[in-house]
Amino acid sequence: MGRVVLVTGAARQLGGRLVRRLVRDPGVERVVAVDAVAPGHALGGAEFVRADIRRPALARVLAQYRVDTVVHTDVTGTALGGGSRASVKESNVIGTMQLLGACQKSPGVRRLVVKSSTSVYGSAPHDPAVFTEATPVRSLPSGGFAKDAVEVEGYVRGFARRRPDVAVSVLRFANIVGPATDTPLGEYFSLPVLPTVFGYDPRLQFVHEDDVIDILLLVADEERSGARGSGTFNVAGDGVLLLSQCARRLGKPTVPVLLPAVTWLGSALRTAGVTDFAPEQIRLLTHGRVVSTAQMRETLGFSASYSTPDAFEDFARGRGEGLLPPRAVGAAVDRLSSVAGRAAGLAVRRRAGFVEYDSGDSGDGAGDRAGKERD
Amino acid sequence: MADAKVIPFGEGSGKRPRGRGAGRPGGHGREDGHGRGEGSADGRQRPPLRPVPEPGAAGSGGDGGAEAGGRPDWEQRIARGLAFLRRRVTGEYEVDDFGYDEDLTEQVLMSLIRPVYENYFRVEVRGVENIPSEGGALVVANHSGTLPLDGLMMQVAIHDHHPAGRRLRLLAADLVFTLPVVSELARKAGHTLACTQDAEELLGRGEVVGVMPEGFKGLGKPFGERYKLQRFGRGGFVSTALRAGVPIVPCSIVGAEEIYPMLGNSKTLARLLGIPYFPLTPTFPWLGPLGVLPLPTKWTIQFGEPIATDGYPPEAADDPMLMFDLTDQVRERIQHTLYTLLVDRGSVFF
Repeated sequence: MGRVVLVTGAARQLGGRLVRRLVRDPGVERVVAVDAVAPGHALGGAEFVRADIRRPALARVLAQYRVDTVVHTDVTGTALGGGSRASVKESNVIGTMQLLGACQKSPGVRRLVVKSSTSVYGSAPHDPAVFTEATPVRSLPSGGFAKDAVEVEGYVRGFARRRPDVAVSVLRFANIVGPATDTPLGEYFSLPVLPTVFGYDPRLQFVHEDDVIDILLLVADEERSGARGSGTFNVAGDGVLLLSQCARRLGKPTVPVLLPAVTWLGSALRTAGVTDFAPEQIRLLTHGRVVSTAQMRETLGFSASYSTPDAFEDFARGRGEGLLPPRAVGAAVDRLSSVAGRAAGLAVRRRAGFVEYDSGDSGDGAGDRAGKERD
Repeated sequence: MADAKVIPFGEGSGKRPRGRGAGRPGGHGREDGHGRGEGSADGRQRPPLRPVPEPGAAGSGGDGGAEAGGRPDWEQRIARGLAFLRRRVTGEYEVDDFGYDEDLTEQVLMSLIRPVYENYFRVEVRGVENIPSEGGALVVANHSGTLPLDGLMMQVAIHDHHPAGRRLRLLAADLVFTLPVVSELARKAGHTLACTQDAEELLGRGEVVGVMPEGFKGLGKPFGERYKLQRFGRGGFVSTALRAGVPIVPCSIVGAEEIYPMLGNSKTLARLLGIPYFPLTPTFPWLGPLGVLPLPTKWTIQFGEPIATDGYPPEAADDPMLMFDLTDQVRERIQHTLYTLLVDRGSVFF
């Protein structure tokens, strides 16, 4: 008997890819894809159940298909097809509560995998430079997706206590990027000119979509991860990029703005409904956040195939060139250095010529003959 | 016309380059540079036929003249600078998890602090070899001077003088990381927040970590209490070193106390500005920006014999008595060295 896996958030690009990979997995007998809206992409033969996870209908689905593994990827920062922040929050928090309630009532569920985010650590100047899974959070995120994720994790911990027989894994992903990213950070990097916070250069970590799928598959598979799979894990690519590096690699000019102005502008834009750029995003782009992935590497035995710079490069490739493409800027510097080289050469030659006319000069930069003459 | 432009430069700087030129294998370097110059202009015949780059060439040619004797050096510097610029504008450099930007620190930040270190405070370094050549070590130093210049000088001292070229990673107060620009530069220079977790992580990676356990108590103490060590926190640095099994290297810094003699402290202003103290020195804030200029004292930085910590069992790190004992031991060593250095010191300024 193969496993029966239920995936929430299947209408999203990431959920869709996960479903297609699971369908191809020989150890998986059946894949049940759940979302409130019909997916725009193929699900490769998975059963699609159109259900809103905010409603209690999910318990029936779990029982009907005898699901033993639940992968909850429907914890996201943006609404699919443009919904308000309130509906995203409801889907994240109420949806998770309903899903956990349904799992609790289904004795067949043996494994639960929840997609969370490293934003649960917040970003503050008083925080240590590198967060581990055990770092106590000093400044809890006050709102936005980060707060959702904190609340979701709280409910998941409660569920793990009530159902100790279920292996529960919480994966805290760093900023997920890929060729087709639709996260708030992805939107930010799509701006033609990047506003940055003056006097701060945050450290950012990225994880590639491919790695996200791979690690979700790994912990969802009891045979491969076993008991090691339960627990909380940070997931990020190796290495760190500074925001300034990201901007230059994208070829986007940056405009430093004073922090109070950024905060004011952000709230003004939110009020006007132009963008949903949350204060937590501003804090991330001020203080940055880096997590330790030692647990992921040592306990899970997983190593991300894309490092942070690689993942970002792949993302940048999918975006097209900015106003200052690094190639062109690099070539400009090369031109400058060849001009400088030529100027240096010219200067030497001119001095050499000059010394020949008037050997009394002390031209050290002149040719050998000139030097001898002087001596 | 072009020649006329070049002549004054050549004459004006004739003396300096000659001295420099004598110091190095001149003939070889010149040949080298000469050849390269030709090569970059694509052949020997062409240059005279090229009037176009003249204005620019005359300008930089003048520069070249000024540095004539050190020309290979000068050209290398330009090449290095441009390579650096290229890395910066394309973002092709690396930073570590703590935000340490080695490229920027080596090429820019160190060159900015070094003149202060060498010419202004004329720092004399002793015993830098007490820092092990490899593996983690915790350098514990006294803290003084109103502004934390002593930390930066210690960083340059180890950077420039340690035989194995070790890099110091300083632990800084959280105030540093709340300030714009300061926080960015501090992270890029390799500093991080003074907390157990960061210190353990860095020591675990085999880095030399610098800590000043007196903190603001030492930095902002009145001038009358100079060179009297304040309390060494709660001794957290000792247990961190013990857990990591790295030696503690005591470090005594003489000279930093007198750079801004703090005669008073305006607590009201400090509270208003949200800073730990507001110094009143003979020059600050009375002379305005001029008062920010530190006094040019003569510094000595002495690194003492390392104190081994690997002889203790792992649970020793949780023994408060042992921690206080070791803390006192480190503190006594630094204090004693400070007094010795002060006795030997002739004058504050020379």
